[in-house]
Amino acid sequence: MIKEASANARKTHYTEILNKYGMLLILILLFSALSLKIDGFASFRNIFSILEQVSMFGIIAIGVTFAIVTGGIDLSSGAVVALASVVGASIVTGTEGYGMTIFAFGAAMFVGSICGLINGSITAYGRIPPFIATLGMMTMARGVAQLVSNGRPIDASSDAFTSIGDGSIFGVPGLVVIYVLVAITCHIMMSRMSFGRHVFAIGGNVNTAKICGVNVEITLLKVYILAGALAGLAGAMLTSRAYAGNPTFGNMWELDAIAAAVIGGTSLAGGVGSVPMCIVGALIIGVMNKGLNMLGVDPYWQQIIKGMIIIGAVLLDAQKRKKA
Amino acid sequence: MKSKTNSITLLFSNFTQLIKTITLMTNSDCILEMINVSKTFPGVKALDKVNLSIRKGSIHALMGENGAGKSTLMKILYGLYTPDAGGEIFFDGKPFNPKAPIDAIHTGLAMVPQEISPSANLSVAANFYLGREIKKGILMDQSAMNEKTNDILKELGIPMSVETLMQNVSVAKAQLLAIATAVSYDAKLIIMDEPTTALTESEVHQLYRIVKKVQERGIAIIYISHKLGEVFELSDEVSVIRDGEYIGTKKTTDITKEELINMMVGRDMDEMFQREDVIIGETLLEVRNLSLPGKFHDINFSVRKGEIFGIAGLVGAGRSEVVEALFGYKPAESGEIHLHGKKIEIHKPCDAIKHRIGFVTEDRKLTGLMLNMSVTDNMIMPELLPYEKHHLISEELARDVANSMKDQLRIKTPTVETIIGNLSGGNQQKVLIARWLLLEPEILILDEPTKGIDIGAKAEIYKLIVELARLGKAIIIVSSEMLELLSLSDRIMVMAEGREVGIVDRDNATQEVILEMAAGGDVPSQEEQELESEYQTQGVA
Ligand SMILES: Nc1ncnc2c1ncn2[C@@H]1O[C@H](COP(=O)(O)OP(=O)(O)OP(=O)(O)O)[C@@H](O)[C@H]1O
Ligand SMILES: [Mg+2]
Repeated sequence: MIKEASANARKTHYTEILNKYGMLLILILLFSALSLKIDGFASFRNIFSILEQVSMFGIIAIGVTFAIVTGGIDLSSGAVVALASVVGASIVTGTEGYGMTIFAFGAAMFVGSICGLINGSITAYGRIPPFIATLGMMTMARGVAQLVSNGRPIDASSDAFTSIGDGSIFGVPGLVVIYVLVAITCHIMMSRMSFGRHVFAIGGNVNTAKICGVNVEITLLKVYILAGALAGLAGAMLTSRAYAGNPTFGNMWELDAIAAAVIGGTSLAGGVGSVPMCIVGALIIGVMNKGLNMLGVDPYWQQIIKGMIIIGAVLLDAQKRKKA
Repeated sequence: MKSKTNSITLLFSNFTQLIKTITLMTNSDCILEMINVSKTFPGVKALDKVNLSIRKGSIHALMGENGAGKSTLMKILYGLYTPDAGGEIFFDGKPFNPKAPIDAIHTGLAMVPQEISPSANLSVAANFYLGREIKKGILMDQSAMNEKTNDILKELGIPMSVETLMQNVSVAKAQLLAIATAVSYDAKLIIMDEPTTALTESEVHQLYRIVKKVQERGIAIIYISHKLGEVFELSDEVSVIRDGEYIGTKKTTDITKEELINMMVGRDMDEMFQREDVIIGETLLEVRNLSLPGKFHDINFSVRKGEIFGIAGLVGAGRSEVVEALFGYKPAESGEIHLHGKKIEIHKPCDAIKHRIGFVTEDRKLTGLMLNMSVTDNMIMPELLPYEKHHLISEELARDVANSMKDQLRIKTPTVETIIGNLSGGNQQKVLIARWLLLEPEILILDEPTKGIDIGAKAEIYKLIVELARLGKAIIIVSSEMLELLSLSDRIMVMAEGREVGIVDRDNATQEVILEMAAGGDVPSQEEQELESEYQTQGVA
């Protein structure tokens, strides 16, 4: 009898752990399998190359996670990447020194925040669903990027600026360093600061959040500004790595970002999500992209496989919630 | 050798089968039999070998403290949860293992859940036939559905137009409609999980009438309730579960209230709450000419330190709207609020919180719970500052505070990290009360605070309220439970149709006085009156 009970308890303990760290397990399995199959997959060079790729849409995914946790969404981040990239490139082109580099990064994030501010205002004060508000912004930001750049790539060759994307600190690529810093900051904001708690409360039950004195409008505004600023940052990072700004950059990145968040267990219903798990989600996508590429899988098939994985993750999430 | 043992086993199992069949035959007057039913959730044994038999056509009350396992047991019957292996359920003598509500409904078991959620944008008749629309060819036969719905409603004596949109139907009517729907499924057994928590006294009586009518059709009813009065008024038999264990079943006529309470809580307890007096101080809150067009008009009252101020009225009288305005959730359009003799502005809940006003809202689901978040997170929400160290929330501190609240209010939950959606209804309510106690409010507004709370816990909460009053806090309490208001309040304001009818002192307040005042403005709508008289002339009602 007692044995039975403790066995039961152990079983539930396992399922709980599996629920919590299941995606991490899948990431490890995926990585191990690919490492066995492909020579050099587990090499430092390859790992850093994956991380570099992940760092950019991974940063966007963190911003998107905030939006999704409030029960919203941000579809505009890919377009904001493009806008930020042409703005950053036009500032930095032909200049020297780190001063202009910092200015260009700052400007890119500022432009992103403005887009976010508009998204947030329309959502919070205009009471338009964020899906619609950010869908509009997605089209507009891309349009403005085309306008600013005349539809052509803008050269961003400045040694200081491109050194961010090329350089490394203690062997770790600059972009990865930025990703880690952003992730740590955002993780603390989300899990330990009252701002983060308010974000969860809004997603958990907007009426309750209001009753509990949360300033829902201001909080939503902050969330979308943050998401925009992070998309802007990703745009600057991409520009520095590509030596150019381009109005076609970031195409469909918003979908990769949302996928990363969702694979990481962020619930589209709101109220559930975390930065570390969002990173795991982004890494799964990154590892998979790289692996499928190196295996020489047809790009069309790659799309199909990616789609299936996203749907699988959402199904898993629904299952978890339904199960009693 | 081997074959011999085999045949013996076979014989033996046949024998047990036979015994079982015989037992079943002797119990053939039972519509439902549950034998050794258990249910384990992660970290909780919600039900432990429960036995329950329901006689055909009887009203069977099911009682027990919050978290005892009543709703879980019913959800198993309704196919929402799968029980642990080892138990057996028989419905009308046949094994019964519903996998989904549809199985239960087809077998003849229907449920009116604790919280009903009809499709608000559809008509009464459309809701009635949702999922089993009557069709003519490939099109829906709207008029046939209207007609049949109307027939059943008439038979049960529920006067209303079947084309009304559900969103315009009161909670009480929606409840009655849910019962009518269950009847129309040709159910042999209907489960009602705390059907009266959202109803006022007069509505409760209407519900009784309907329940009796349902019984007259030979339908058995399992009736879950925390209210002793209801159980003694309605039920033929009553069963008690405590901590997931089956305690016993008694004929209602063979048991006294005291015995029943003892069965439930395992000790003797006084049903009536006797409050002690508290010294009442100076005026703390004053409300002048508060108005919100369409909701309430010209409300004036004041509450003093240490005073418990009740607000009575029928559903729709505007009681909740007044307190919502006071808290800034749905602010009033005109009027003044004074605190400590100074005029204050409350436009948003955060203004009220700043003035240390707390507010336990009426609707748990809608404005209370953050369902997919933990007990701790739900508790600490209104004010995070006390849990912050260097601008960061300390999980440890929050957990400690939540744990102390859990002990103080005896909240039944495996840990304070548990997702609140997994707690029983009454325990969720306790968490919400804890939330506002943690704010250490000067003024605490409670809207239906004991909704779904068991007798023992109720007394605890009453004690807590009086204790707060003793500490010089002002309490405003809205309740549809007359006894609760009468036994707690120093003064009671009675409202009718958004107007303030008057304020009565504790000494002058009786059930009759208040009901009369509350009915002062209560005129049924034109349509309802017509329907009612129509029924009378047809001799149906
Ligand atoms: N889905 C679930 N997951 C985990 N635990 C659960 C779940 N549902 C119920 N429980 C636990 O099972 C126990 C019984 O809960 P149940 O809802 O059946 O109580 P109840 O008797 O209906 O109480 P109340 O009078 O408060 O409604 C409680 O301890 C509750 O926390
Ligand atoms: Mg219950």
